[in-house]
Amino acid sequence: MSVRVYISRDAAAQALGADETAAALQVAAAARGTGITLKRVGSRGMVWLEPLVEVEDANGQRIAYGPLTADRVPELVKAGLFAAAPHELRLGRVEDLPWFAKQERLTFARVGVTDPVDLDDYVAHGGYAGLKRALGMAGAEIVDEVLESGLRGRGGAAFPTGIKWRTVLEQHAVQKYVVCNADEGDSGTFSDRMLMEGDPLCLVEGMTIAAIAVGATRGYIYLRCEYPHAGHALREAIDVARARGYLGPDVCGSGRAFELEVRMGAGAYICGEETALLESLEGKRAEVRYRPPLPAIKGLFGQPTIINNVISLASVPIILERGAAFYRDYGMGRSRGTLPIQLAGNLMHGGLVEKAFGVTLRELLYDFGGGSASGRPIRAVQVGGPLGAYLPESQFDTPLDYEAFTAIGALVGHGGIVAFDDTVDMARMARYAMEFCAIESCGKCTPCRIGSTRGVEVIDRILQGVERQANLAQLENLCETMQHGSLCGLGGMTPFPVMSAVKHFPGDFSRDR
Amino acid sequence: MAATEFDNDSTLERILAEHAGMAGPLLPILHAVQDALGHIAPEHVARIAAALNLSRAEVHGVVSFYHYFRQHEPGRHVLQVCRAEACQAMHCERTEQHVKQQLGVDYGGTSPDGVFTLEAAYCLGNCAAAPTVMVDEKLYGRVTPERLEAILAEWRNR
Repeated sequence: MSVRVYISRDAAAQALGADETAAALQVAAAARGTGITLKRVGSRGMVWLEPLVEVEDANGQRIAYGPLTADRVPELVKAGLFAAAPHELRLGRVEDLPWFAKQERLTFARVGVTDPVDLDDYVAHGGYAGLKRALGMAGAEIVDEVLESGLRGRGGAAFPTGIKWRTVLEQHAVQKYVVCNADEGDSGTFSDRMLMEGDPLCLVEGMTIAAIAVGATRGYIYLRCEYPHAGHALREAIDVARARGYLGPDVCGSGRAFELEVRMGAGAYICGEETALLESLEGKRAEVRYRPPLPAIKGLFGQPTIINNVISLASVPIILERGAAFYRDYGMGRSRGTLPIQLAGNLMHGGLVEKAFGVTLRELLYDFGGGSASGRPIRAVQVGGPLGAYLPESQFDTPLDYEAFTAIGALVGHGGIVAFDDTVDMARMARYAMEFCAIESCGKCTPCRIGSTRGVEVIDRILQGVERQANLAQLENLCETMQHGSLCGLGGMTPFPVMSAVKHFPGDFSRDR
Repeated sequence: MAATEFDNDSTLERILAEHAGMAGPLLPILHAVQDALGHIAPEHVARIAAALNLSRAEVHGVVSFYHYFRQHEPGRHVLQVCRAEACQAMHCERTEQHVKQQLGVDYGGTSPDGVFTLEAAYCLGNCAAAPTVMVDEKLYGRVTPERLEAILAEWRNR
């Protein structure tokens, strides 16, 4: 009998040697004459334990070992890895590990468990139950279900997903589109990537439900080109879904058509902004559009378009499967459901944690994250990507909740948390925020295009100790102009990391270097 | 040289034919050209513009807007170094300095031996195992200067 062995094909696992471990396992098994069936799955999200290997024991339980690099494979195999024998790297069942057991995995329920592109595996784990239910409902009923669930845009803007859908449903047009914003450019975020690599059919199903709800027949996944692995997984998933009748001219025999295609971005952060993304899909320079009109009314090629982030769309299948109330029961205040949170930067236990809204930063940084990787005190945390505020230790008890973060001048964004230890120079981080804005500005509006370059110059003068007070006042003035005068969030929110650094870490801007 | 130019021409014509009838075809065409030919040259721009009934300025404007599209021939491998916040939190500047020194180039440049083109990346999505670099499509996490040397040595021979 063949032993089932699971190992991740996620890019982060590959970056730590998962492919080499998989090859070494095959070699070692062959040498011993042990038959193994190697299944490549998504990542469980415990990146510090990658490459993570799970071996199915005699009782059908998946026993994890990690981190298991290729060089240690012979030793582990000798110790009885294929019989799930004891070893210092043996972790037991993943579901029993505190880090994993404390999570609420709704959107990520299958990630790391199933073969990402095996449709039967997907269906056996609840896949396509949401679509099946949706196909028996009127479009307005599907939209109401999403609205009732309280789901808000997980890309960062937190706009109610159901309202976008309702607006598109109400439009009369020959052609409507569903576009997935998979341009996950924020530093410290990788939940979209993990979902697309680990459970791409879930995104395909979510987009199909969206299309059925509003009467769209074409969909595009706009994927950043930095994610080649996700591109491969998505194309495989789309091919298998089409071959099995879940996509194409007649979705599940419903008589409804939905065609889906992956389009690659080309290294422009601005494409995370939805109107810039639409311009790019149309084959133009990704310059932000004025609004109105909203994309829901005039979107891709001038037609009504649903445009949602990967996690928003991938949360739809479970909402349709289990009902709006099930999803809405998680969370706090007006932040309903769960958020896949990404622990990144200088943390001992980095990875993906899916939790209901309401968990505090401190719990995430210390209970899940295990404190800094360097062992030094955590001095600052940036939440929500390069446009998110830097938070000092005094704000670590803030619960992850859209409104609670807004109240302290910060943002939850896409749920990325980047921790820095006490070696960080916050004036340099503020300078980098301006530099990044200058590199990625689309150039359409002046406050962003010129302001960011001036911002770098002003901070350089502060760093050099030239007229510090005057230049700090100038910086504040400039940030105010950018915040209120920019066309989109890039110029409009770059002041958040800059001014939060000035406010919470003033010493870094006043010392001589 | 003439044979190469001819090959490039036929590759371009094949790509244009494959994308005929596609909605919003410019980015997919530019990707296909760069994948096949390594970069997008001015003569390609002219031909693509003619095929799509666009001006050369419009196509050039798109090529030059996106960081990923390249107007010059790259080295044998493209080495991307992530310099976004999560990597900075793990001191990627050490890796950056080291790689620039090892290759003798700055971002955008190609090493004199023609092996590596060095590019800055703004997040490769491997933020829980920073610092990160990517060679072609192969991602590497927790890249210290020492580990980087091994990576460079490995790819130099490929």
